[in-house]
Amino acid sequence: MTASAATSEPYTTVIGLEVHVQLQTRTKLFCGCSTRFGAAPNTQVCPVCLGLPGSLPVMNRTAFTLALKAALALGCRIAAFTKWDRKNYFYPDLPKGYQISQYDLPFSSDGHLEVTDPKGGFVRNVGIVRVHLEEDAGKSMHDEAAGTADSRIDLNRAGTPLCEIVTQPDLRSPQEARAWLNELKLLLVYLGVSDCNMQEGSLRVDANVNLHIPQPDGRIAKTPIVEIKNMNSFRSVERALAYEAVRQYDEWQATKAELGTTPKQTRGWDDPAGVTRAQRHKEESSDYRYFPDPDLVPVTVDERQLAEVRASMGEPPAVLRGTLAAKWRISPYDADVLVNQGRDIVAYFEDVATRVGEGKVASNWLQQDVLRTLNERGESIDAFPVRPEALADLIGRVQKGEFDTSRGREIFAEMLASGRSVADVVASLGIAVVDDADLVALCRELLAENPKIVADVRGGKEQAAAGLIGQAKKKNPNVNPAKVRQTCLELIRAM
Amino acid sequence: MQPADLSATDIVAAIRQGDLTAVQCVEAFLDRIARLDGSLNAFLHVDRDGALATAAAIDARRKAGRPLGALAGLPVAVKDALCTADLPTTCASRMLAGFRPPYDADTVVRLRAADAVIVGKTNMDEFAMGGSNENSAFGPVRNPWDPARAPGGSSGGSAACVAADMAPVAIGSDTGGSIRQPAGLCGITGLKPTYGRVSRRGLVAFASSLDQIGPMARSAADCALVLETIAGHDPGDSTSLADVVPRYTELLEQPLTGLRIGRVRDHYADGLDPEVRRGVDEAFAVFEAAGATVHDVELPHAKYGVATYYLIAPCEASSNLARYDGAHYGHRAKPGEGHRAESGGRRFESPLVEMYCRSRGEGFGPEVKRRIMLGTYALSAGYYDAYYAKALKVRRLIRQDYLDAFQKVDLIGGPVSATPAFRLGEKTGDPLAMYLVDLYTVATNLAGVGGISFPCGFTKGGLPIGFQLQGPALAEPLLLRAADRFQRLTEWHVRRPERIA
Ligand SMILES: [Zn+2]
Repeated sequence: MTASAATSEPYTTVIGLEVHVQLQTRTKLFCGCSTRFGAAPNTQVCPVCLGLPGSLPVMNRTAFTLALKAALALGCRIAAFTKWDRKNYFYPDLPKGYQISQYDLPFSSDGHLEVTDPKGGFVRNVGIVRVHLEEDAGKSMHDEAAGTADSRIDLNRAGTPLCEIVTQPDLRSPQEARAWLNELKLLLVYLGVSDCNMQEGSLRVDANVNLHIPQPDGRIAKTPIVEIKNMNSFRSVERALAYEAVRQYDEWQATKAELGTTPKQTRGWDDPAGVTRAQRHKEESSDYRYFPDPDLVPVTVDERQLAEVRASMGEPPAVLRGTLAAKWRISPYDADVLVNQGRDIVAYFEDVATRVGEGKVASNWLQQDVLRTLNERGESIDAFPVRPEALADLIGRVQKGEFDTSRGREIFAEMLASGRSVADVVASLGIAVVDDADLVALCRELLAENPKIVADVRGGKEQAAAGLIGQAKKKNPNVNPAKVRQTCLELIRAM
Repeated sequence: MQPADLSATDIVAAIRQGDLTAVQCVEAFLDRIARLDGSLNAFLHVDRDGALATAAAIDARRKAGRPLGALAGLPVAVKDALCTADLPTTCASRMLAGFRPPYDADTVVRLRAADAVIVGKTNMDEFAMGGSNENSAFGPVRNPWDPARAPGGSSGGSAACVAADMAPVAIGSDTGGSIRQPAGLCGITGLKPTYGRVSRRGLVAFASSLDQIGPMARSAADCALVLETIAGHDPGDSTSLADVVPRYTELLEQPLTGLRIGRVRDHYADGLDPEVRRGVDEAFAVFEAAGATVHDVELPHAKYGVATYYLIAPCEASSNLARYDGAHYGHRAKPGEGHRAESGGRRFESPLVEMYCRSRGEGFGPEVKRRIMLGTYALSAGYYDAYYAKALKVRRLIRQDYLDAFQKVDLIGGPVSATPAFRLGEKTGDPLAMYLVDLYTVATNLAGVGGISFPCGFTKGGLPIGFQLQGPALAEPLLLRAADRFQRLTEWHVRRPERIA
């Protein structure tokens, strides 16, 4: 299903992505410095990541294992032998004058990750060309505007482990690109490979895009490939690609320039302005003089090691969706919503569902009450004041008829505000649970006071009982309307 | 008792027994440095106060009956390519003038832990690039046997200071012969261990796959003593070897009966000086008299060693030296006239590029620039396969040659250099002639095996002649035992330069 191609556009948008994710390690890729975000500039550095004379890199095994996890989850082939290469270029945020990366023998290649539009719009299996490991550079802050031409360099980030994931040009619309990135992020967060936090720079995306335009003679014209940079959210990726497709189509109509006639262009996304702009051409910067890093030894990976990594991976989101739907008898749509919220939400859901003994009602509460609250508050589930056992207690009482759903919501809101248990909230709100004997007495009283209604019901108009509920609420605000109705009907029937 | 007349082994024993204090010993060598180094220029930095303070602390500990390290009180001179946290580390380059690293090289850590006393940092060819020590930004070292001649290089300062008894032992580094060749030209003993035997951490890199630290001393026994301390696995150097370090000093006694020494026919080609040839032949005779047998062996690809070396080493160097860009430490050019400034007729595309170009232009000497350019060229797109990749293939063939040869013999003997020490300035105008001084030594580094050089005679003019033995990987015990046996049977290593003594 390729919905985008079915739209009215006279072209197909062809998109490939290059994603850099920071691996969730405590320390850097080749030294023992911390990778914690937000420390004062240049406080998490040592001779190795400062590139001081005589310093030597030592590979971080944990980083390599995390990268293996990501590559295996992406269905990649893992190389039995992989090596490190130096990518040589000069820049002040690169203190050694080279970046340690992987060139011709990446540790993994040839994978894929499928994304499905839950609304049925598309299913796209995106090929992964390669996944490799490399170290990050530092951060430069330019202050040329101040007239001093000074730049400040923070090397805290230098040497942080990055996984670079390069896709085939398999995506066919900006929406698909965004959905695929969401799926990738979900997978990597599930695996604990990366927190994928774009604001902190732990996930960065560049996109390559061009158009395939069918010609009257049956030939497909291809526009020159443009690389888009500086996109700082998945939403900007979608917007930038959408903008770029239109721009390329306009340019095509004006110039008829095709792929291969011009050098590859790099354009930066200007988010506030909503446009891409051509970036300054870096002359001859493409010769990085890669060669194997003689300070590091090649890495070999065997089956036993791969088996260990596989065993530690858990179910990936795509599998978990199916498992959840089958196990708890919830719809694929509901399973998708829950899984897309992350592993912690799924755990919370399963905890509640197990205690309640039913999936559907737990899923409803999760989606309508818990997730909505989390969104409003911008909080994560681990800090959520209503723990699974408390929510299960509440749902259970609603199911037993102790109070109705709307009263249940009130109690939920109060539990949220105060962090107290269901019982405490019920007591504090003066919601005395009405026991069955009291309820029967109350209903008898009502029936005695309303002979007309009793007569109507006996005459077959059961809906007349509704008139009793308002009166019952006046006598005792804690009664459950459904129970009042049911008890009254039973009493009349028994008369 | 004159400490300068004692071997390192004797000095350590004398201090341990209380016949000599560490302060007396260190002072005696510092006095010789003060007296002699003005003319020899073997040291770039002498740490008189630090060395005496360390020595005094060792004496105090000995007095208090506290345990002492294996090299307690032994003065050691360290090549200025090894990082020392309390002393400048310049690699004899303007680029690093005054640079003080925040950490000690692994070798320096081990020396200090063994209570050795670091007396100073020795002069060298800039970034270890050279074979005469004339590439130092701080002036050439003079050969103690003839001050008009070069001591060899790049560890020329380390070789000269031991030859002139300014230190009983010194630490050098050898990328293509930089320990063995100056040891040979200065009449001392120098060992290049197997690649990875001594950690490279804190050795300022020239060519990472070839660099190796080693001891330089007046005898093989003293080299064994120092190697015991500096060798060993370092988790901070991924290329360091995990093999257990033998007790080299305790493995010297066994006689050489049955030892098979190989002789390489190619070593006797046209360029070999007749006096050197005579010295080398006599050395083979000494080994035969000691019970060894001599056999001709082939190293068919060794003749490509220099060409291979001068591709691989500059390629790695061009990358290793990229960090000296003026941005973070070391020499930085004064700001120019800005973006549009011209310098030597050259326009710079940005102030940053100008800073890079001028800092590197001013900071590096001509030989370092030459090698950076060679390496940058050879790694460039379109040339990589023809040069670097091909050099790696030849390197594998050379390594295989050695493996094959060591099936037939235990060690390979021959000259260290084709000629004795040459005059200062004699080869500086001809870089290619200078590259050939490594002719007999580069293949050892390319193969990653060990080699030792020691004096085997003197020319009529009174210049030392060096003999080299090369062994299989981790054959240091055998190399040291063979050289030690030779030194028990000869007295060449005991001779001192007359002008100095
Ligand atoms: Zn670090």
